[in-house]
Amino acid sequence: MSTTPLVPPQSEVKKNYLNAGYGIKSWLLTTDHKRIALLYLASITFFFLIGGLFALLIRLELLTPAGDLVTSETYNKLFTMHGVIMIFFFLIPSIPATLGNFLVPVMVGARDLAFPRINLLSWYLFVIGGVLAIYSMMAGGVDTGWTFYTPYSSVYSNTHVVVMIIGIFVAGFSSILTGLNFIVTIHTMRAPGMTWFRLPLFIWSNYATSLVQILGTPVVAITLALVAIERVFKLGIFNPTLGGDPVLFQHLFWFYSHPAVYIMVLPGMGVISEIISAFSRKRVFGYEFVALASIAISILGFLVWGHHMFVAGESVYSALSFSFLSFLIAIPSAIKVFNWTATLHKGSISFDTPLLYAFGFIGLFTVGGLTGLFLASLGLNVHVHDTYFVVAHFHYIMVGGTVMAYMGGIHYWWPKISGRMYPEGWGRLSALLVFVGFNLTFLPQFVVGYLGMPRRYHAYPPEFQIWNVLSTAGATVLGLGYALPLIYFFWSARYAAKAGPNPWGASGLEWQIDSPPITENFEVTPVITGPPYDYRKVLPQEEPVG
Amino acid sequence: MATYFPFLPEQGSRFATGVDTFYFSMVGLTIFFASLIFALILFFSVRYRRRSPREIGADIHGSLPLEIFWSVVPLVIVLGIFAWATELFFTRSNPPANTYDVYVAAKQWMWKVQHPEGISEINELHVPAGRAVKLVMTSQDVIHSFYLPIFRIKQDVIPGRYTSQWFQADKPGKYHLFCAEYCGTNHSHMTGWVHVMEPRDYQHWLSQAGIGTSMVAAGEHLFTSLGCASCHVRDCPPLQGLYGSSVALQDGRTVFAGEAYIRESILAPTAKVVRGYRPIMPTFQGQVSEEGMLQLLAYIKSLAGEAPGKVQK
Ligand code: HEC
Ligand SMILES: [Cu+2]
Ligand SMILES: [Cu+2]
Repeated sequence: MSTTPLVPPQSEVKKNYLNAGYGIKSWLLTTDHKRIALLYLASITFFFLIGGLFALLIRLELLTPAGDLVTSETYNKLFTMHGVIMIFFFLIPSIPATLGNFLVPVMVGARDLAFPRINLLSWYLFVIGGVLAIYSMMAGGVDTGWTFYTPYSSVYSNTHVVVMIIGIFVAGFSSILTGLNFIVTIHTMRAPGMTWFRLPLFIWSNYATSLVQILGTPVVAITLALVAIERVFKLGIFNPTLGGDPVLFQHLFWFYSHPAVYIMVLPGMGVISEIISAFSRKRVFGYEFVALASIAISILGFLVWGHHMFVAGESVYSALSFSFLSFLIAIPSAIKVFNWTATLHKGSISFDTPLLYAFGFIGLFTVGGLTGLFLASLGLNVHVHDTYFVVAHFHYIMVGGTVMAYMGGIHYWWPKISGRMYPEGWGRLSALLVFVGFNLTFLPQFVVGYLGMPRRYHAYPPEFQIWNVLSTAGATVLGLGYALPLIYFFWSARYAAKAGPNPWGASGLEWQIDSPPITENFEVTPVITGPPYDYRKVLPQEEPVG
Repeated sequence: MATYFPFLPEQGSRFATGVDTFYFSMVGLTIFFASLIFALILFFSVRYRRRSPREIGADIHGSLPLEIFWSVVPLVIVLGIFAWATELFFTRSNPPANTYDVYVAAKQWMWKVQHPEGISEINELHVPAGRAVKLVMTSQDVIHSFYLPIFRIKQDVIPGRYTSQWFQADKPGKYHLFCAEYCGTNHSHMTGWVHVMEPRDYQHWLSQAGIGTSMVAAGEHLFTSLGCASCHVRDCPPLQGLYGSSVALQDGRTVFAGEAYIRESILAPTAKVVRGYRPIMPTFQGQVSEEGMLQLLAYIKSLAGEAPGKVQK
């Protein structure tokens, strides 16, 4: 570890954002972006645990071909709530609302976001949405799948669809407000000298994400509202017996929900750029290309929704166009992977936990992206659509990608957030367990999907069992991998060694201030004089390297 | 062992073989790129591991030629994949002429299959091998999806419209039928079997199954009992030769008279009015069951070969 010897611990405790105030009010009424980030961190961890519990029950049910652990009704509710919770209440807010909230102002050299009170409001909206979702689960749950396909959701299901929709609707506004706040902050609050191409890549990717959040989320909010209206007032919007069009729902839903994949994965890409650079102490190779690839992804992401509907009665020519555009969107993602790999070339590489998670991300995201090409392929999509192949694919992107990046990011910035280190050995073990467990869980699902096992099946033919057993075994390892950090982070917050401002020898602005930072982030507004990732400034060398 | 540890589903048609060839090529491509990235990461990580705490990496910004290289190469590759996959899709979306048409009405949670000869079955589909079979499908309630992994095909079955898919089975056997679109409580029990039979056995099965009223005859019966016949012999467009033709509409458009159009003409006659006729046809929404609709459709399709205007007064 490159920790430069610290100033001996001062006797009187230094002021920082954590000890700036105690008591519940100082948290619930805070407008400090760092504290709001922690509020979000606690809330989404809670939802991650609930969503994970549902996943566990699903995997247990699928151990045997017969539907014997729970009834079909219960099983359908389990996968619906697993999806709803994980997507709307964990993955979408995950990186932007926690790491983004904490870091965006610091990285642009500002004291807070542009609208601190709106930031707090966004957390309250998230909590209200979450409470409604939990209420709908406690009242009996929802069984429509997280996709809410009509006319099942709007006419036939007799579960608590409307409350759940209101919950998602409200939480959607929290996402919109966060996006809005980031965009305004990045445009107007950059420190003197912080030009666009001096911004860290984490900012670029959060900027791209915010664009998708404010342009896409209103569409899904309206669409779900229409489902609720059709349910309550018996209007014929999607219901064909009243003249509605059930497939219209799918168009509207995926118009948001495909870009939502990028809401989940783009911030993760930003985290990976930061980590790869910090642990190889090297500029990100092709900085401009990585930055602009994020923007390209967020724009192209709006043009591919029809690839979810190749067998839903779409015309051959619209299928053709959507397939073509879906292939194009693979290019900017590929560019990123190649640039990350090239960044390692001639670096100074140190295998700390965050980098291990980042390597995991690259590997799993690559497989997730390539299997995305399978699905974009029209002739093959017909067979694998709505099977476990799709389930495996999007878990590679969203768990193998986003959650890996999130975990890597939490480890990387934990010293900044808490002021303390985490136990490195345990950290590496968790990264390893997550990687192995993940592959063991989801690789078999590609196989069983290609064999023809449809998704959302409570019971299945016996010849699929072996693959499901492997998958459940993997999920156990994966669960263990996630449980470890939960334990040692709690331990570390109290007992671990103090981190100091820059334990990694990293170059970002956030590493030039105290750990934990003071409420105002900077004592004096920083002035930026050069491009990011300049490690010569942080660790001056006697003689030039390379 | 193969039965306990299956990697690949059986191939039941030429199309299935084509899809598998494509799939394997994609798996190869994935393994190639994943290993390439993995090998590079591993190599760099070992070769450039940090040797002293204050060491930093080389000051390299990037390289335009490399960026172009790794944008253009993947682009060319994906365009190739796109072309290949699209060709496969055209095959599955364009049935050959003279298919053997079987009708499917889905409802929570069963598949009702009607053969042109009038035989109906539930959650089973008997078909002859070596003959192109087209499934014309609709749903009575929510969206389902008729999935036959053995042929690598599926198609959503949607209330309020017809969708279709086709296959040509090449060997007899009993294979899975799944509902692939989540449709409520018993979605995972909305399964069944497709039985592919030698043509001779199939004929035998048809005769064993008893003499039903053929779909065309049942449709003709409905055509009379619903009162269609009272109009469609005199001042209304003749339905002979209609199916598969193009129809000129009052508003100047022309439409293709496929299943969807005929269905719409019966349920929402005023939506598309034939040129030269007044919109006097009443809607039959709510009066015809989905199965009845399929029979009417079969009847109108059976008139396709006849010359217009041959109906006697
Ligand atoms: C009251 C008379 C009347 C009755 C009863 C009637 N139709 Fe029609 N039908 C018409 C007229 C007039 C048209 C042409 C105007 C239009 O397109 O609405 C038409 C058009 C059609 C068409 C489109 C024909 C074309 O050339 O494009 C079809 C198909 C059809 N009818 C089927 C039926 C069936 C099946 C029934 C019974 C369930 C039925 N009709 C009952 C009067 C009638
Ligand atoms: Cu998508
Ligand atoms: Cu179903």
